[in-house]
Parts: sequence; structure tokens; C-alpha cells
Amino acid sequence: MTQLKNIIGPYLTGDVFALVYLVAGVFFILGLKGLSHPSSARRGNNFAMLGMFIAIVITLFHPQVTDYLWIFIPMALGALVGVPIALKINMTAMPQLVAILHSFVGLAAVLVAGGMFLPFQPELINSYGAVSEGIIPQLSTATMVEIFMGAWIGAITFTGSVVAFGKLNGNFRSAPITFKGQHLLNLLIFIAMIAAGVVFVMDHSLVAFVVMCGLAFVLGFTLIIPIGGADMPVIVSMLNSYSGWAAAATGFTLNNMQLIIAGALIGSSGAILSYIMCRAMNRSFISVVLGGFGAEDDLQASERASAAEKGVKEAAVEDASYMIENAESVVIVPGYGMAVAQAQHALKEVSEVLEEKGVKTRFAIHPVAGRMPGHMNVLLAEADVPYDRVEEMDDINSEFSQTDVVVVVGANDVVNPDAKENPSSPLYGMPILDAYKAKMVYVVKRSMSSGYAGVENTLFYRDNTYMIFGDAKEVAESLVGSLKGTGH
Amino acid sequence: MVISLFTVALIVFVLACFVGYHVIWGVTPALHTPLMAVTNAISGIVVVGAMMVAGGGVEVSSVGVGGYIITSEQAAFWAKCIGAFGVFLASINIFGGFVVTNRMLSMFKKK
Repeated sequence: MTQLKNIIGPYLTGDVFALVYLVAGVFFILGLKGLSHPSSARRGNNFAMLGMFIAIVITLFHPQVTDYLWIFIPMALGALVGVPIALKINMTAMPQLVAILHSFVGLAAVLVAGGMFLPFQPELINSYGAVSEGIIPQLSTATMVEIFMGAWIGAITFTGSVVAFGKLNGNFRSAPITFKGQHLLNLLIFIAMIAAGVVFVMDHSLVAFVVMCGLAFVLGFTLIIPIGGADMPVIVSMLNSYSGWAAAATGFTLNNMQLIIAGALIGSSGAILSYIMCRAMNRSFISVVLGGFGAEDDLQASERASAAEKGVKEAAVEDASYMIENAESVVIVPGYGMAVAQAQHALKEVSEVLEEKGVKTRFAIHPVAGRMPGHMNVLLAEADVPYDRVEEMDDINSEFSQTDVVVVVGANDVVNPDAKENPSSPLYGMPILDAYKAKMVYVVKRSMSSGYAGVENTLFYRDNTYMIFGDAKEVAESLVGSLKGTGH
Repeated sequence: MVISLFTVALIVFVLACFVGYHVIWGVTPALHTPLMAVTNAISGIVVVGAMMVAGGGVEVSSVGVGGYIITSEQAAFWAKCIGAFGVFLASINIFGGFVVTNRMLSMFKKK
């Protein structure tokens, strides 16, 4: 490696490095572009991998990089940790994995910022007289600001993602944790953090750097704890965005265009995903970030549910099976309940049996179904449901009125007709799947409890709606059995 | 007239944000989870910064930690440790992110 570097090193000017990084950045863009369709997506992923490979190889040739063992050993260890997790992880647990990976990027950004600054600590440099001898260049104010930006965004990303991981993984209560004066506290921590950052930039002080990072770590924690489990699609997207901005800030510190390009791409990606999720929930980004939504206590919800249970019609699996197999078209609406019950494989069997019987069967996905954007699509893909059977909300909504039977599995708020019809409902204005327009609706649910928003679902009381109480997986399995048993 | 590197970086950054905006809106919603996984892997690009720190990229003279003055060799060692840990974390992202994205995308099949 060192010999190779000695041979081609002289040809590698700063311009060559910049151009190679540009090529790698273009591969990242092509990689993301590939995701516009499932058929081109794997090629896109290969482009992105190629871009990363190019970036790492050219960095090895950087004149300042001399100590390869310090790079290769941790890199190999990282691969040893990352690859087995990626191969084994259950698709239901993807939101957790993504959250914890965000936290690593955040911490890495803090480390790079610290590692950039540490050698330039001023008091000691002065005491050695190094600066006066011109050995150690002082970091410019611009670089100090960039280090500061990279460090605090990275630090918030780190602890915020750890909390999000804990909530998604069930280590912490996923319910929002709120207390009085929470937002004021966050604001004060933020101001103190910025103040420490200003001192750091002015005085180049290590203590200020540590204080600033410490406050940012605390802030990441306090910002995410008030946010409830079902708002996680927004939060995971937001942290995705932060990890991008942290990478971009690191790019500014190093004047590395590829880091800037990659950071900007990821930053916009996360921001757009957050926006799409908020729009699909009909909530402002601010209201999600401020948190506390879905803090309804269980007692209240169950009381109301039992009072409302009167108008509900219950159906047996056999009834549903009869109606479904005699239908012309069936739409299955999965929600987070499907993921919790791991019902995707049984549902795939339902759709296959129906296809064999000549019933047109499709899946309809609401953008915020699940705990992260696109969560349901991945679970259905895992269960081998062909992606051309899975429809987005905007594509399928016009077809519900011509659909014979809709089966709602573990979804609630996203099919609540109040969102369209009842201006006094908290959900009013939220885009929903128009399941209620179908000739007949079966709702598979464990109990009558209300959905995440704590709002009663009037779909359950409609004339054309029947409830099937039970675990999503068990119901789906007995539906398969029943459909197979009555051969036509 | 010469423009500074910072200005060039800022121009690149702003234009890249626009590229990102348009490319990401083109991503089909069905692939939003793989999108997050692959952007996770791509954000492992901070490995480039960590490599510079770990590989001795920053010249080290002397550093004080908590009032103790340490020699230049020790300071280099500290900075390298920080950088190496950064390389480790970013590598988990790179390898884990790309592998899991590939695994997910291979599940998306047509009938």
C-alpha cells in the first residue's frame, strides 16, 4: 500500500482528489435515483456501494493518511459487527436498526469534530511556543464554526436516535413522557449549548467544546422522550435528516465535497420523508416535534370503547371466508397491528388462495402505516407478496367504491371515515384509505380500543362493517384454513 | 479574483440540496424503508473524516487534557484512538446499511 502510494502519490494533486470525490458523489446520486422503481433499485444500491468504495480507496491515498493499521482494523471490526446484524435482523425490527445506525453516524460526526480540534488545543500549543515558531497552524474561525456545527448536530442525532431506538425496541416506554416546562427546559439547554459553542469558537477552548457536546447530548435525549410511539415515522425520518446535516458539516470542516454532497442528499431525503409523514397524519411538523400526542390513558379509552360496543356487529371467520371467496375484488389494508402479530405471511397465503379462486386481491398501504416510512411494503415483500399487488393510497382510493370486500388488519385511524366526514373530529382532514366505501368491510382487531390518536373509529359502527375479534395472525391463518376447506 | 474554498463548498452544498430534493421526490413510497437504510449506509461517508483523523491525517504537537500536559506522541495516540473509533462506527453503518438494503431490495419481486 505504502509503496503503491509512493509511486502514484505525486500524480494525486488536490484537484485529482476533488474530481474522484465528485465521481463518487455522482454514484450516490445515481444510487438514490435507482430507488424510483423496485426494478432498478438493486442496481442503484450497487452504484451507491461503488461510490463508497471509491471514496474510501482514494482517501487511503491522501498524503495525510499514513497509518493504515489504525484504519483497516476498526473498519474490519465494523464490518464484523454490521454484516451479521444486517443479515439476521428481522424485518419487523427495521425501524430499530435504522434508528441505532443513525446514532452511530451522529457519534462518528462528534468524534471527527473532536479529533480535528484536539491537536489544535491552543493553551498548550502556546506554552510550547509552537504557534510562534509557526509549526502549528491555528484553526480559522470558519473551521471552528464548522467543527461546532458538526459536533452539536452529531451529538443530538446520537442521543436522540438512542432514545428512538429504545422506544421502538421496547427498552423504554414508547408512550410520550411529558412534564411541565419541558419546552422551556429544552429551549434553555439549546441556548446554553449555543453559548458554549460561541465560547468554543472564540477561545478555542477544549472545556467549552466538552460542555457544548454534553449539552447537545442531553438535548437529544430531552427532545425525543416526549414523542409517542406512532409518531416515530416522523422522528426516524427527522433523525435521518440530522445525520445527513452532521455529515455535511463534517464535509465543510474537511473541505470535502463528497461529504457535502452526500450530507445534502441525506439531509433532504430525511426532511422530505418527515414532510410526507406529517402530511399523511395531517399534523404540522412542529406539533410532532413538540410531542405529547397520543398521551391518552388506557382506562378512558376502554371505558368509551365498552360504551360504544353496542352498535357493533361481530362476524365469525367462516362468514368472512364465505363472503370473501364469492367476491370479485378484495383489498387488504394492513397496519401496525399486522407487524406486531407477524401476520404478513398468513395474509400472503390468504391473497394466494384468493388469487387461485379468481378473486382479484390487492394490498392498500397508508403512508404512515407502521413505525417507519414504507414499513408495511417491506414486511409484505418479506412475505413474498409481489410488489405489483401492493398499492399506494392515492392509487387505490378511487377503487374502493368498486371493491366487494375490504379486510382491515391491525389498522385503525388510517381508515376512520370521521377524518373526511366529521369536522369536529381531531382526525378531520387527515388523508385516509376510503375503505368505508367498499360494499363490505371486515375489521380484524383484538379489541374495541381506539387507535393511536385516541379517537373512536366510526367505521366500526357502519352498516357494512363487521368486526372479527382476535389476533391478526390467528385470524388470517384460520381464514386460510376456511378458504382452503371449502373448495369451489 | 479568487473565491475561497468555503464559498465553493457552500455552492456545492446548496446545489446538492436541490439535487437531493428532486431525486428523493422521485423515490417510490414503497421503497421508503430501503431509502432510509441506504441513506444510512451513505451517511457512513463520515468514515472519510474519521480516516483522516485515525490515519494520522492531522499533525499533532501537544495537547492538554484536564490540566495534564501530554507529549506529542501521546496526543497523536489519543487523536488516533478517537479517529479509529469513528472509523469503527461509520463502518458498521456502511457494511450493515448496504447489506440490509440489498437484502430488503432482493425481496421486492414482481409476480
